[in-house]
Amino acid sequence: MITKSTTPATETTTNVTRIMLLVVLALVPGFAAHLYFFGWGIIINSVICIITAYFCESMMLRLRRRPLWPFLTDGSALVTALLLAAGLPSLFPWWIAVIATAFAIIVAKHLYGGLGHNPFNPAMVGYALILIAFPKDMTLWLPAHADGNTISFFANIHFNLLGNIPNITSFDAITMATPLDTIKTQLHNGLSMEQINAGHAQLSGALYGHGWDWINGLLLLGGLFLLYRRIIQWRIPVSMLLSVAIIASIANMVDSAHYAGVLFHLFGGATMLGAFFIATDPVTASTTPRGQIIYGCGIGILTYVIRVWGGYPDGLAFAVLLMNFAAPTIDYYTQPRVFGYK
Amino acid sequence: MRNNNPPKLWRFHGGLTLPSHKTISMSATIAPAILPRYLVLPVQQHIGAAAIPTVSIGERVLKNQNIARADGLVSVPVHASSSGTVVAIELRAVAHPSGLSGLCIVIETDGKDETFPTSDASIPYPQQDPAQLRARIRDAGIVGLGGAGFPTFIKLSPGARAQIKTLILNGAECEPYITCDAMLMQEHPREILDGLLIMQHALQAQRCLIGIEDNKPAAIAALMNALTVTEKQFIEIIAVPTMYPAGGEKQLIRTLTGIEVPAQTLPASRGVICHNVATAFAIAQAILKQQPLTTRVVTVTGSAFTQPKNYWVRLGTPMQDLLAHAGVIHTGSLRLIMGGPMMGFTVMNTAAPVSKTTNCLLTQTTDKSQTKPVTLPCIRCGECARVCPAQLLPQQLYWHAHAKDFDKIQDFHLFDCIECGCCDYVCPSHIPLVQYYRFAKTEIWAKERETQKSDIARQRHEFHLSRIERKKLEDETRKRKKMELLNEVDAEEDQKKSAIEAALQRVQAKKAVQQLQPGSTENLSDTQQQLIQDIDQRRTLYTEHAPTSNKDTNP
Repeated sequence: MITKSTTPATETTTNVTRIMLLVVLALVPGFAAHLYFFGWGIIINSVICIITAYFCESMMLRLRRRPLWPFLTDGSALVTALLLAAGLPSLFPWWIAVIATAFAIIVAKHLYGGLGHNPFNPAMVGYALILIAFPKDMTLWLPAHADGNTISFFANIHFNLLGNIPNITSFDAITMATPLDTIKTQLHNGLSMEQINAGHAQLSGALYGHGWDWINGLLLLGGLFLLYRRIIQWRIPVSMLLSVAIIASIANMVDSAHYAGVLFHLFGGATMLGAFFIATDPVTASTTPRGQIIYGCGIGILTYVIRVWGGYPDGLAFAVLLMNFAAPTIDYYTQPRVFGYK
Repeated sequence: MRNNNPPKLWRFHGGLTLPSHKTISMSATIAPAILPRYLVLPVQQHIGAAAIPTVSIGERVLKNQNIARADGLVSVPVHASSSGTVVAIELRAVAHPSGLSGLCIVIETDGKDETFPTSDASIPYPQQDPAQLRARIRDAGIVGLGGAGFPTFIKLSPGARAQIKTLILNGAECEPYITCDAMLMQEHPREILDGLLIMQHALQAQRCLIGIEDNKPAAIAALMNALTVTEKQFIEIIAVPTMYPAGGEKQLIRTLTGIEVPAQTLPASRGVICHNVATAFAIAQAILKQQPLTTRVVTVTGSAFTQPKNYWVRLGTPMQDLLAHAGVIHTGSLRLIMGGPMMGFTVMNTAAPVSKTTNCLLTQTTDKSQTKPVTLPCIRCGECARVCPAQLLPQQLYWHAHAKDFDKIQDFHLFDCIECGCCDYVCPSHIPLVQYYRFAKTEIWAKERETQKSDIARQRHEFHLSRIERKKLEDETRKRKKMELLNEVDAEEDQKKSAIEAALQRVQAKKAVQQLQPGSTENLSDTQQQLIQDIDQRRTLYTEHAPTSNKDTNP
């Protein structure tokens, strides 16, 4: 079907590997903040996820009789592993990370046809799986570094691999819920935002949620870098962040005692990670210009709805997966006007 | 250079800024190319019906002599590009993406380059009827020299309905490496303008625009200088931004006039006609100097030459002769591309001749093209949609072409793809997208031909069936009529018969009633009456039971 005469006969500069590596580069500042505030867990989890991802990737490529080298070097497994690791608590059993990654690579990616053919974001499929299956492990975080509770590398890896921390009697003594989770629970218990803020020191960071604001801010920086390098386009992140901001500000204006502010939602949880690194995953997102706006708004709205009224502290993974469902249909109905059709 | 008011320009969607690679072939003037030993002239160098050879093997022909006549409306003749003897009329390798052969007239040149005598210099063109001009342009074998090769005289016939307001000369030459139009504009601006005036006369167009990419200041300056004061009133030379594919017909029209030519229609429907600058030059040669199209400028460029440049090449010159003449320095194998790097195609056989549509021969050393990276799956990054000048969704077209879903792919407007190669160029997965679109187009055309064929066959079959049906129906009506006719003859006799029968029946019925009625039963005694009743009862019993035994034997 393809003859040897291929046009164009010029060398192109971009390739998939370069795109993926730039995405990884853009993640670095956010990961550094994670490391600073929550300790070595992000590194340990990343390594576990990467090893699992590449193991599963090569296994599946071999099973599917695909060439190993071009696909192992495309960088997509690396990105999937890092996006998964970005959402895991520092103190986290290794085998849950392995389950999530294996499920992402084997089921969500390769069973659907591998790179470029998966309808759902693999990292989010893996994440949603463990969010449902292991809710307790997923919601217990170390307090941010400023509170002085960060544990040593060895203690951290000891826990992740063996399940306990030497010299500490109770796991619960050193962990706590994330700010998003805290606010949700406390609001549920009938407290107002003011009372919650007064009672929890770690919420009173610069932009609510100390530590998380830094992570989100640096991920935003990485996202702007990707925009600048034209690895991603502006429509999805902008429409997603705008829709979160608009709903949050309306809710906050109507009832500030029970709805957190705009900055809390923009710089809390996985908002920036989602806007610039997950929702923009080209394979699973909408590709038409108007479709991308709808897609981004959908993720923003669903994230907020699940966060505030749903059963989970953060709603990004489910929001992304739900919009992944809708993307092909959105694309079909938002085809741009072709030149010459007025 | 321009006046204070630069003309308003419009922008088309997408496009690319490409490295131009043009200067390498522009340092030298256009050089004459060799007279090859053999000239191989394909009878099909244009879109439409192939010309029909009018010479025979062994015949001596002169330069500019018509050697193949146009066949039908969409066709143009072919002329000998030098004097010599026809040695073969046979299938030869021609430059075509398919690599197939085509019918060619082969002339062994005699080196004398004797010219066929032309008729006397005719009356100046402004006094000529446009139809007459068109006929002369057709007889000169002129086709669009920008690459498509559509017979020019057709595009100079505005038709009864369309009024042509704007005539555009396309000097954009947006593909990298190609410089034949730029050099022609630099060296022969007056001839190009003469050609433009002839076209304007043929079309009765009100104004003329010449669009040239702004990376060709020398060409723009040359044409500006050649313009007379009166011409300046209706001819505008406009520099357009260097943005591939600015030279695409509909893209250039959009850029210069803001008109978006509706899909699947010709620009003439919107009062615009677009011709290439080299075509204008050829028209000037044909009308003012009585010279048919036998040579053209070809850019010979690429890594295989120390001095890439443009040549005046006789049509029919085998490419290998031209390459040798231009001095190939690369000793290894070459990849030879006809046209530019974006839309050109690989020439399979270098014996193929230069034809009317050969604007550029681009060479690449094969070791470079071998390093072309492996194709990965589409990751739907959408870069292709961003650069597509037709505003298509190339990634969706690819998806459906890959799945061979030829209905869906047409929903995504496959046939509005101009195959410019922008999507291909930016694809990070290095998917040969245009190849897929060409494949899908060819498949759909083939299917349509099949359907047409089977439609005709089905129609024939249905006609056959309906004929049989009709015959049967006719036979039946005939039979029925015959029967009716017979019945009418017998009708009177029947009436009599039935009257007699009815009378007989009446008599019989009377008799039957009398027989059945028992007589003198009024004065019988009670016992006698009783006996009669008993007999009647037995009789009914008997009649009810007796005959059944016979019937029951049948299961």
